[in-house]
Amino acid sequence: MSELMVEAKGLQISYGWGRGAVRIVHGVDFTVERGRTLGVVGESGSGKSTIAKALVGSLRPSGGSVRVAGLDLASASRQQRAELRRRVQLIPQDPYSSLNPRRTIGQALAEALDPRGANVARHRDKIQEWLEVVRMPADTIERYPHEFSGGQRQRIAIARGLIREPDVVIADEITSALDVSVQAEILTLLARIRAELDLTMVFISHNLAVVQEVADDILVLLHGEAMESGPVDEVFAHPSSAYTRKLLSAVPGGPGFDIGAGVRAL
Amino acid sequence: MSERRNRWRWNAGLVIGLALLSVVAIIAIVAPMLFSDAANIMGDRSQRPSGEHLLGTDAAGHDLLLRSLVATRLTLLMTVGAAAISVLGGIALGVSVWGLPARGREVALRAIDAIVAFPGLLLALVVAAILGAGGSSAVVAIGLSGIPYFARLTANLSAKIAQQEYVATARLMGVGPFTVSVRHMLPNMAEPLLVLAASNFASSLTAISALSFVGLGVQSPQYDWGKLLNEAIPSLLSGKAYEMVGPAALIIVTGLSAILIGDGLAAAANPNARSRRAPKATSHAPLPAVAPSSDALLRVRNLRVSFQGKEIVKGVSFDVARGEIVGIVGESGSGKTLTAMSVAQLLPENLQLTADELALGDIDLRSRAADRDVVHSMSMIYQDPGSTFNPSLKMGQQLTQVLTQHFGMAAGAAKKTMREAFEKVRMTEPDRRLRQYPYELSGGMRQRAMIASALATRPKLIVADEATTALDVTVQADILRELVGLNRELGASVMFISHDIGVVRELCDRVVVMYHGEVMEVLAADDLTVERATHDYTRKLLAATPELAIDWETVGEEHAR
Amino acid sequence: MTSPPITQILPPPQTTVAPAEPPRRSAWGRFIASPWASFLLRRAISLVAMFFALLIVAFLIVQLIPGDPAVAIAGSNATTVEIEALRTSLGLDLPLWQQFVGFVGGVFTGDLGTSFMYGQPVATIIQSRVPFTLALAAAAIVLSLVIAVPLGIVVGVATRAGKRSWLDATFGAVTGFIDSVPGYIMATVLVVLFGYGVGVLEIVPPAFSARMPVASYVLPVVALAIGPVCTVARVVRREMNVVLEQDYMRTARGWRLPAARRYLGWALPNLLTSTLTLSGLVLTGMVGGAIIIETVFAIPGLGTGIIRAILDRDYPVIQGLVLVIGMMAALVNLLVDVILGIADPRTLGGHHE
Repeated sequence: MSELMVEAKGLQISYGWGRGAVRIVHGVDFTVERGRTLGVVGESGSGKSTIAKALVGSLRPSGGSVRVAGLDLASASRQQRAELRRRVQLIPQDPYSSLNPRRTIGQALAEALDPRGANVARHRDKIQEWLEVVRMPADTIERYPHEFSGGQRQRIAIARGLIREPDVVIADEITSALDVSVQAEILTLLARIRAELDLTMVFISHNLAVVQEVADDILVLLHGEAMESGPVDEVFAHPSSAYTRKLLSAVPGGPGFDIGAGVRAL
Repeated sequence: MSERRNRWRWNAGLVIGLALLSVVAIIAIVAPMLFSDAANIMGDRSQRPSGEHLLGTDAAGHDLLLRSLVATRLTLLMTVGAAAISVLGGIALGVSVWGLPARGREVALRAIDAIVAFPGLLLALVVAAILGAGGSSAVVAIGLSGIPYFARLTANLSAKIAQQEYVATARLMGVGPFTVSVRHMLPNMAEPLLVLAASNFASSLTAISALSFVGLGVQSPQYDWGKLLNEAIPSLLSGKAYEMVGPAALIIVTGLSAILIGDGLAAAANPNARSRRAPKATSHAPLPAVAPSSDALLRVRNLRVSFQGKEIVKGVSFDVARGEIVGIVGESGSGKTLTAMSVAQLLPENLQLTADELALGDIDLRSRAADRDVVHSMSMIYQDPGSTFNPSLKMGQQLTQVLTQHFGMAAGAAKKTMREAFEKVRMTEPDRRLRQYPYELSGGMRQRAMIASALATRPKLIVADEATTALDVTVQADILRELVGLNRELGASVMFISHDIGVVRELCDRVVVMYHGEVMEVLAADDLTVERATHDYTRKLLAATPELAIDWETVGEEHAR
Repeated sequence: MTSPPITQILPPPQTTVAPAEPPRRSAWGRFIASPWASFLLRRAISLVAMFFALLIVAFLIVQLIPGDPAVAIAGSNATTVEIEALRTSLGLDLPLWQQFVGFVGGVFTGDLGTSFMYGQPVATIIQSRVPFTLALAAAAIVLSLVIAVPLGIVVGVATRAGKRSWLDATFGAVTGFIDSVPGYIMATVLVVLFGYGVGVLEIVPPAFSARMPVASYVLPVVALAIGPVCTVARVVRREMNVVLEQDYMRTARGWRLPAARRYLGWALPNLLTSTLTLSGLVLTGMVGGAIIIETVFAIPGLGTGIIRAILDRDYPVIQGLVLVIGMMAALVNLLVDVILGIADPRTLGGHHE
């Protein structure tokens, strides 16, 4: 078995403190091997975004353990946490608010490489290199976010997520805000990058069809609990959890999808 | 340099404000140099305005016009000083609150709110009491007392900016909190902050003059506008109002210029706000009757919708037959929602609609149709159940109004009808739901409520605009089931707008594919496959839509077990 | 369908809490359970907290005087003996905590000290002045709300979606102009316009006249209220425009509800919450405005009292008046929140951040 980049055991995450604390994630186990993509699916309230936030260090787990790239999140020292920030990168969902409208694309990418200085000149070559990887034109580096469409901004967000060459990339609903044709382009781009760079990715989505295309393995969440996990084609073909079956049969055009529209009373 | 997102637009208010302020600033610089000696000459006392003394003289014989002009510098300096203290202190405090961890932030905001609850003048008086009367203590007093309010405003602005992903992303990337504030937050708050600062300048001017006016500010022999007003009070009560004119006019003009500048800046940065000008009223003469082009229930021929002369929907035509479910599918910008809103007669008032034919049965939808006719024939289901219902009214209250208003039902009968409709759409605890507020129901329940209302009015056509887009996939399946139920039970036609080809293919009989305001093709749902679709765009859309590829039989077996 | 019923697969959804229906209760029991009880409890606690904060602030006024407080109070002509006598009589030689305890103790026994200037107990001074300020502030606040809210609603409805831009511009210009005139200048303008020349001097006196107590308030109340009327009307109008653009108004239009019901039944309740929240500050600001207006019209209220006291460095009076004026502002706040709670019971739940 190849190296485990992410290993979660009994992961628990809560929001708030004291009496107002609400537990979102209740004891979830999962692993991600190097070079593979784990798709995390669930409906609203499933805890998938919360797990994403914990993986990038935005939220502290309140119980259980999660090791990312060999470092334990809960017990990481300050230096280790800084190191973690380099090793785990996030690509966020909303292309329209993930880039500062007052800074150029070059500055945004330079900041990812060098949070303190964000010096574009010094990192110019690397920035251009990654802009090419995501198939953005060379003059992008000087332009501002408002000059680009949603799909283009997501490409830039992907470049920003990858420019530090992280060990693990967390993609949080990165195509949910895009039109279907734009989504298709992003998915194609992702497929190519995954192959070229041997990327390890955690891909969060509510769309089962997209997850099937992108992910190798899948984790199904319901109200903060893991319902099922395993290789995606196997889970879809032979779901062991009733909830997975319910999810699958709710996908329009999927197996068992029946809303009574076949017979019509005209 | 590439163009900024918002083009800067000069407007009348901004120009006038800047002009006035410049005049005042020039007076501030120049007047003391030219007139301060002349202003101290004590001539004839309490003279009315005349050729020699344009504003008259005060009780000590000073020329009032000169005194007013000379006082400008001191007043402006004090105002700028106080405003600087308030604005800079407020910004520092307001932005740093957002650097605190969540718990500390809440405590800090509550503390600021508590201080803001007290009138600023009271705080200023406390400082004045400590430091004693005087010009500099007035500046400190007004400056400090303005900090909490400005901090609150800044904190509110920061809250909005802090919610933007790029701030969170920067923190995740390891950018320090101070750098995040300076690099990401402040530049994006610059315009609103400037507007607030202008407003603060005006209120600081008023407050400092107020302190001098009651004698707590500048002391003799110095004088600012407030002090001049203070000296004029005795004359006011004995009928000599002219003493107040000079300083009062200058205070008003300066304050007004600051407000004009503030409003002007706000308008310049947001040119869209003003361009929603309502079009000239379109003629409401009844349109010539059009012979129906088919026997379909809903007939749309050459529908065009424009905004300020630019066409967004460019000649759309299609039919919806009785009892049919027709889907309208397209990506963003395709015009599908505007088409639906045109049918529903709910287009925003600043859009123009024309059509050769737009009719539901006998009703001509091109001009405003009779309420009763519309409500009895059409029902709407909207996209975002979160904002569709009035948050201040209970569900029962709002849902029954259409029944009592247009269906002649008494309140009790309407409630009963809604309750039955709730049961029909399998809403849990129907009685309780009717008594609850919208925020107490989940998104799926709110859509069920909307569908229940459609059921209760028994329409001929249901217009569903992205009705399931905001819902979880399992909830979506339930809601789609309800729609099919409506179609079967009532024989109601459905016009279903969506961007999701998969849903539309399963639900609808026929599908209209739209792109950039035009109809690309109309085809049967069964033909919505890459092989059978004829138009390039449809095929492109289908190819781009990810499909769940599962061995049907295997799952079917497991399912049946 | 062969899939198991929903209730077996899914636990109850998180978004809705479904407690059992509570058993029937007495009126008192229902009150305790209602959000009002916890709201009033919380406000009572915060009023007490504010009172203590004011106590600390009032106490610190003397302590924070730059240099030696005793010297500052006694004046530059006082001898060393007089200064020391003053220091002892004010208790300034005692340790800080003892002074504070003494101060607080005094407040609770009703002994707020004695005025340096007049020799009268501060409590008496406060008692005699409170009614004047209360009358002025209360009348102005009520007048403001009664005029501004309907005005803002009417203009907001009339100018929705860019209609009648002339009304929009005129309303904006007039309210903006009046708003930019400070209250005390407005007061003097009113005195000039109505105080004399028109022979109205006897009907509406330019200064407080004990002979005509009610008429004396006409000009001060108008002067105090006219600015806030404009501010609040603008706020109401802006909020009305915002509310009219919301999706639920479209739902109401879809149901073809008549205009009156749409504006009053659907728009107005949503308007009140944001309007009252924003106007709350304006209204408490009027307590401050009242202080200044009183000096123009020589009304013997808390405002003229505190200003005189600051000029005279009459610290016991200053401290007492800061306490009272502060509590008055806190009460105005409470009033606004209570009205808000009646209009929209959801705000009773506490901070909605």
